[in-house]
Amino acid sequence: MKVAVLVFPGSNCDQDMLGAWQLMPKVECQYVFHSESSLEGFDVVAVPGGFSYGDYLRCGAIARFSPVMKALQEFAESGKPVIGVCNGFQILLEAGLLEGALLRNEGLSFICRPEKLRVANNHSMFTSAYSENQVLEIPIAHGEGNYYCDAETYARLKSNGQILFEYENNPNGSFMNIAGICNSKGNVLGMMPHPERVVESLLGGTDGLPLFHSILNFCQHKTA
Amino acid sequence: MYKIKVHVYLKENILDPQGKAVTNALHQLGFNEVQTVRVGKYFQLFTDNVDDIESRIKSMCQKLLVNEVIEDVDFTIENAA
Repeated sequence: MKVAVLVFPGSNCDQDMLGAWQLMPKVECQYVFHSESSLEGFDVVAVPGGFSYGDYLRCGAIARFSPVMKALQEFAESGKPVIGVCNGFQILLEAGLLEGALLRNEGLSFICRPEKLRVANNHSMFTSAYSENQVLEIPIAHGEGNYYCDAETYARLKSNGQILFEYENNPNGSFMNIAGICNSKGNVLGMMPHPERVVESLLGGTDGLPLFHSILNFCQHKTA
Repeated sequence: MYKIKVHVYLKENILDPQGKAVTNALHQLGFNEVQTVRVGKYFQLFTDNVDDIESRIKSMCQKLLVNEVIEDVDFTIENAA
């Protein structure tokens, strides 16, 4: 199985993301630079966190015009898993691969700390290795992670089971405590918390691991 | 030369924490007459070519300058020669 970790100018969680995938058995992973125009041969694409293009204009707004994003649109349409974390989530929203937007945190502060999340739906390719309503501790690190969507969009996300993670104690003002959502097809995930930072007990926890295992299981069953 | 002024601001129903912080700071300075501050963005675009400019600006806004999920926009075109 081959995983691509996209790298934009200003990405800074790309090494953590690659490191997390390297812990998975039989996974080959590599960086793919923003200027590449093909994602052929990859089974999963991860869009890491950071400050792509210095967060100029709006977070993720410039990154979405990178050549690799056109390839990512096609990749996502093919139904293969795409995961965007933090700035990666912002990029996926700006690119229209996910619905809604991320606003400045309600309290204006950049928040960097472990946060409790609840698995709101474990029937997805990203969360199948969690149990329903399992409470996880996964760090957040963002200034603009206040998820917003209108009521109509929320109703649709909710009824389709597209809300995968919710904050237990809303840290940033996100609408309805939303921490992570997927698209209607269920193959594109965006989340503000950083699962790639909790994959080794030595580094503070392993609550992020089942997410990577979930994706791995999905890919293996598909090819089996 | 034409100067296009593009104002982008958060939609009315969207909370603006930055504006709220500025409001509080103004109150601390004694400017209590200010009830609300909303912080937005202002772009200046310069061009000599105004063919079909209105629809082109709308397209620029839609594709890049504005996130229509959370922002509204208005613009004016001035002769800056």
